[in-house]
Amino acid sequence: MKQPEPVQVVKQRRDAALAQLAGALPFINFLGVKFERRGDELTSILPYAEKLVGNPILPALHGGAVGAFLEIAAQIELAWSIYWPQFEAGATGPNAMPKTIDFTIDYLRTGLPRDAYARAVVNRSGRRFASVHVEAWQDNRRKLFAQATGHFLMPLKHD
Amino acid sequence: MLEKKAKLAKQFIAAIPYSTALAIQIDEVFSGKAVLSLPYNPQFIGDPATGVLHGGVVTALLDTAMGTAVVCHPQSMGGTATIDLRIDYMRGAAPGQRITACAECFRVTRSVAFVRATAHDEGNDIVAAAAGAFTVEGVKE
Repeated sequence: MKQPEPVQVVKQRRDAALAQLAGALPFINFLGVKFERRGDELTSILPYAEKLVGNPILPALHGGAVGAFLEIAAQIELAWSIYWPQFEAGATGPNAMPKTIDFTIDYLRTGLPRDAYARAVVNRSGRRFASVHVEAWQDNRRKLFAQATGHFLMPLKHD
Repeated sequence: MLEKKAKLAKQFIAAIPYSTALAIQIDEVFSGKAVLSLPYNPQFIGDPATGVLHGGVVTALLDTAMGTAVVCHPQSMGGTATIDLRIDYMRGAAPGQRITACAECFRVTRSVAFVRATAHDEGNDIVAAAAGAFTVEGVKE
């Protein structure tokens, strides 16, 4: 009988795949977005930074920063789900990213000057197009401060 | 009045840390209209294979331009916040080129401003289009 892989090997492989996927985009690094992984479930984190402020009087996060964070969360979730089987088979990048066709953001509450979290769900992933929904919160998971839905063009398959 | 608002808008943008971080500048403001731009920056790349900027950068520029258009509308008396924003990405902006956004606030009600915007690079083709609703403070009847 084939022995299951040691847990460290599995974790190391998945973490390296995720780091490589997210690390390829300079803008993710500029915003400071981080990712936490539980199996294949991802949580995107936007650590608070002063440069993300859009209203210094309140203060509140900039709508453009929140929108970019949601778009990154949706895009990485989709790419992660596309490339997961390849990563599990031991393949490494570079991996072409899905391209955003459209993105619709609902600003539900003021973005407070603290960390934000987002989780995305791929509602449909076809051969050419995908539809992804993403929810973001700060202090309370049930009190979303923003949500968005976007359509993406799937990367071309090279096989 | 508009000159006063244009000056106010410029001060307003300069005081926003996120706009400063992206080096967004106001090129022109008119009554209910605004033209803003940002320079290409390799730190903002979203597609390393082509060097095209990330959509989130275009989102920030469009959102800021649209907010500025609301503030510069003659009926608006205060600040604004985004309620919703839809962005259509037509194509990637050419690497190395400036991106310019033109926003128009075409309708203001007692509590909501409706805004449209387009973004283009140094060529004439549209890079992205946006439609959004923004809050309005202190409407001048």
